[in-house]
Amino acid sequence: MKHETFLKDVAIGIGVVLLLALLFQVITDPGIHDLIIKTCIFGLFALSLNLLVGYLGLVAFGHATGFATGAYVFGLLMQTGTWTIPAAMGVAVVAAAALAAVIGAFCIRAREIYFAFLTLAFQMILYSAIISFVSLTGGDQGLMGGYPKPPFLGIDLSRPFDYYLFVCGVTVICVILLRQVIQSPFGYALRMIRDNHERSYFLGIQVKLYQWIAFVIASALAAVSGVMMSLFVTGAFPNFAYWSMSAEPLFMILLGGMQTFLGPLLGAFILQLLNDLVTEHTRYYGLVLGLVILFFILGLRRGLLDVVWDKVSDRRRKAGTVRPASPVTGDAEARERS
Amino acid sequence: MLKLENVHKAFGGVIAVDHVTLDFAPGSLSAIIGPNGAGKTTLFNLISGRIKPDGGRVVLDGEDIAGVHATEIVRRGIGRAFQVASIFPTLTVSEALTGAVLSHRRRTLTLAGRFHRSGLDERVSEIMTLTGLEAQADTLSANLSHGDQKLLDIALAIALEPKLLLLDEPTAGMGPDERWLMIERVQALWRTGGMTLIFIEHDMDIVFKIAQTIRVLKYGAVLAEGPPAAIRENPEVIEAYLGAPAEETAS
Repeated sequence: MKHETFLKDVAIGIGVVLLLALLFQVITDPGIHDLIIKTCIFGLFALSLNLLVGYLGLVAFGHATGFATGAYVFGLLMQTGTWTIPAAMGVAVVAAAALAAVIGAFCIRAREIYFAFLTLAFQMILYSAIISFVSLTGGDQGLMGGYPKPPFLGIDLSRPFDYYLFVCGVTVICVILLRQVIQSPFGYALRMIRDNHERSYFLGIQVKLYQWIAFVIASALAAVSGVMMSLFVTGAFPNFAYWSMSAEPLFMILLGGMQTFLGPLLGAFILQLLNDLVTEHTRYYGLVLGLVILFFILGLRRGLLDVVWDKVSDRRRKAGTVRPASPVTGDAEARERS
Repeated sequence: MLKLENVHKAFGGVIAVDHVTLDFAPGSLSAIIGPNGAGKTTLFNLISGRIKPDGGRVVLDGEDIAGVHATEIVRRGIGRAFQVASIFPTLTVSEALTGAVLSHRRRTLTLAGRFHRSGLDERVSEIMTLTGLEAQADTLSANLSHGDQKLLDIALAIALEPKLLLLDEPTAGMGPDERWLMIERVQALWRTGGMTLIFIEHDMDIVFKIAQTIRVLKYGAVLAEGPPAAIRENPEVIEAYLGAPAEETAS
């Protein structure tokens, strides 16, 4: 499980997409389809944030900037009626990456909590811009009226199955790319910076440059999830850029686990499932969500997949295979010390 | 190879390093000693670029590196280990060393390829053999013993193939037996590596046994310098630091 090659990841990815396609045919309940679609969208959103939180040790409160930029740029381009979906998607992602390159250059100068709030400040500027620039963005109404979804490569996203498969496929591709980043030499440099940025400097690693690149990559992937969200609602809404939209992926990371690669994806699933189940029975969604988060933080003290992974590696260690425990969790003290 | 010319550093009103002028010959093994607060670690921080001097020059092979950023100084061949082992808790020993070697070869910015297949196993196990960490290759750094953490810190510096290696109290916090083992390793590294080595040390037995030259600092200034025999007899050093000749080995 630990050090797979890129090709193996691709093979697993193809398998997963085929399985999800099959699932669509077997289970015909549109509610389940939507659950999977939202899990993909928000799972990718949370995974991209976890590149910063889990692997680099940088908590960002403004991750929705990339998400909203992706959704709005894509939505605006599609509303012109002259863009193809792949081209608009490409431009939306590049735009979000470019914006992140500028914002990131400022934010990474700040440390920890200041970094977190600086990213949030930029997000709120974007939010204000969206709200006030009514002629372009539709203000607090959002991009209304929908847009055409011209078929490309035989894929017609106005058909539910096509859209479902498109979201699953794009998510899987992005997850494979993200995994490549994390398993690359660059990804390990991020771990080194997270563990001990001071020591990293003295090994010749330009810490700020690496943080900046990771910030841009994470924002670009968040833009991809924003684009898929825009396609889901056929528009874009200012709440995509509101601060609570940045809190959601943080909840998902907390629920699913930040030390295990797919933890945030599981977190996204849990949160969407909760959302569906709880809102069916009570209006007090926030109350239930709060209690669940309390349970995870006070009870488990880490995300669900982290707990599972720890158990599995504990058992393996007892059975005699070597690979020691989970990364980080057990070693909070050691991290503090250095 | 390394020359400090009139290097000066003050923190607020406190003078940490007071117009220090020192010359370290290429390939030499020298010790810096002095009471707590004498400015020994500050001197290392100035050389390695952790802090900038207020004045003076730090000359490495003819080039002034005072005020150059730490990562750039690393590239120019100065490696260092820290008083409190500075390591990567969540990485295994071999992962940490792979990272260091990759950084030395300027390959850490690569997004292609896999870290665990970077083809550096040979070099990494060479470093582990040199530092005696081979048995701990797959141990998480956080789970290493204190002594092994200090060794790993040094091994990380060695991975950069430095021309000049700065060791800040390599034996700090170790028992007597462990100390000698550590210092023999350090000496062996210096012999095989052909590098210039400067170390800070409080254990006078060790200092007088292995150092070719000793520099004594007091209140940030150079009190004395010379070969061990001369330092041992220097009345100023005895008064300031070593104590009466009869108890000269007290640390």
